[in-house]
Amino acid sequence: MSRWLPRTYLTLIYLLLYVPILVLVVFSFNDSRTGYEWGGLSLRWYEALFNNRAMVQAMWNSLWLALSAATVSTIIGALTALALHRYRFRGKKVLNGMLFIVMMSPEIVLAISLLALFLLVGLQLGYVSLLLAHVTFCLPFVVITVMARLSGFDERLPEAARDLGASDFTMTRTVLIPVIMPALLAGWLLGFTLSLDDVVVSTFVSGPSYEILPLRIYSMVRVGLKPEVNALGTLLLVFSLVMLMLSQWILLRSKR
Amino acid sequence: MTTASDLSCHGLVRRFGRQSAVDHISLDVPAGTFFSILGPSGCGKTTLLRLLAGFDKPDAGDIHIRGQRMNDVPPNRRPVNMVFQHLALFPTMSVGDNIAYGLKRRKVASAERNKRVAKVLEQVGLPGLEHRNPQELSGGQRQRVALARCLVLEPTLLLLDEPLGALDLKLREQMKIELKHLQKQFGTTFVYITHDQSEAMVMSDQVAVMKNGRFDQVAPPEDLYREPATPFVAGFVGDNNQLVGEVVSVRDNLAEIRLEDGEVVRGRVASGGVKAGGRAELYVRPESLVLTGDALNEGYSAMQARVRTTLFDGANSRVEAAKGDQPVYARLPQDGSAPRLTTDGIIRLAWDPMLARVFAAGNP
Repeated sequence: MSRWLPRTYLTLIYLLLYVPILVLVVFSFNDSRTGYEWGGLSLRWYEALFNNRAMVQAMWNSLWLALSAATVSTIIGALTALALHRYRFRGKKVLNGMLFIVMMSPEIVLAISLLALFLLVGLQLGYVSLLLAHVTFCLPFVVITVMARLSGFDERLPEAARDLGASDFTMTRTVLIPVIMPALLAGWLLGFTLSLDDVVVSTFVSGPSYEILPLRIYSMVRVGLKPEVNALGTLLLVFSLVMLMLSQWILLRSKR
Repeated sequence: MTTASDLSCHGLVRRFGRQSAVDHISLDVPAGTFFSILGPSGCGKTTLLRLLAGFDKPDAGDIHIRGQRMNDVPPNRRPVNMVFQHLALFPTMSVGDNIAYGLKRRKVASAERNKRVAKVLEQVGLPGLEHRNPQELSGGQRQRVALARCLVLEPTLLLLDEPLGALDLKLREQMKIELKHLQKQFGTTFVYITHDQSEAMVMSDQVAVMKNGRFDQVAPPEDLYREPATPFVAGFVGDNNQLVGEVVSVRDNLAEIRLEDGEVVRGRVASGGVKAGGRAELYVRPESLVLTGDALNEGYSAMQARVRTTLFDGANSRVEAAKGDQPVYARLPQDGSAPRLTTDGIIRLAWDPMLARVFAAGNP
């Protein structure tokens, strides 16, 4: 009895987490017009998806945006974390706290203020405004992940490298970056996911020139969801699984 | 300026704010010797070591290594390597990559690198461990990897920053002896800093006792033990009993001192300024003290003390007694010939005055 209770509990939790995803995957292969009847196996929704040029374009746009936003915020975030970790300077606490404010403040507030800023400086809404906005909300996550890794970093390691003949640049390349690599990867993945599925901020700062996937799907909901969204969801799921495995593989390799 | 020594410093000063962590230190370390800097924490020994390694710059003074002035040479260009207190092995690299790190920076070819790594691993007693992770090794093995990582570069000077501090007692004793052997084997000049006087005594050819940024005395271990130059050295190196009193007379370099309870004891004068009427400190080692009955060796000085407890530790057994409220320790004879001691019993402790040292009180 006491053994069954935790198991049932665990099973329920995992069912809750994975049944919707499973339903989505199964119904993406469904040969039926409606999304709630099983009509046999088919790849027709995948075909429909790839024939929907606007959808495919939105998907590429989204991927490109997530990729660039994650990369930019990882670079800036890692440097920020290093500065916050290594140096003492005036206003360090304020800077640190401000990161949390961005993280904690409601997305809608961030969205409105970003929009106001972009309109003020006359920036045309499109890829650049989206990138800036996404970097803004990804940044604190990267900084915090890298800082956590750095807090366990032995300050003597860079000195040891210098002592053994490494220049500052070589030390960074051979000692510092390998040590914080897991955090960089984690931060990048976090940024990538956050950017890929953001709706609220993107709604405000995107323009007609650059349509991204979450907004496209969101607008489709209003006219009625087509089963090809299931196919799209499945593709994205496979994509994120591949990414996850890739990052794990890199981590394992860097550990050896 | 060329000298025969591997390391030569002159008038080194490093200030932090108004405090001098290193205060006009000059030293000379002959090639191939084991030189220790011994001092309590906060005496400036780590600062001194960092000046030598190049992580910090002196405010005044010069550092020469094999006759080359090193003041403006960055750490990666000095013929000096350092074993850090917590070793600082690179966690993302294997043992072999850790050791090869310096060779790689010198652009040594891969085949030659592997050969030299294998050889140095053998020399430190860890053959074939190239592919292990440092985290998988024991404390003592990690220690040896840290040493090998430096020694493979054949530095002129190896600096060691209390590397034994993190080991447990038994391993520390073992590594002490091993380090000394390794130093002889490689013939590298070692500069070792520690707060543990036993480490310094066992391993070194020369020991510098450091206090408040200055060297109190630089001498071979035996001289430090037998002829401490200052009360601080007398108290810090080896065990010592301290007795304070007023000088009654000084004759033939022997001083008579009246202790607080009126007893008069004698010892050899070891510093200037010991004169009748002044205050003085007498240091006598537990191993110089003998428990006696009424009979007294000729010329010995003696005093009474109250037994507190006996501390049995094999050959190192001692009795703890009290003179006034000062504790006094005396070595017990190994053969068990000591009289039975009862707590609060009065015993008589005697010593050869030539083995006791008298310093003027308040002398730095």
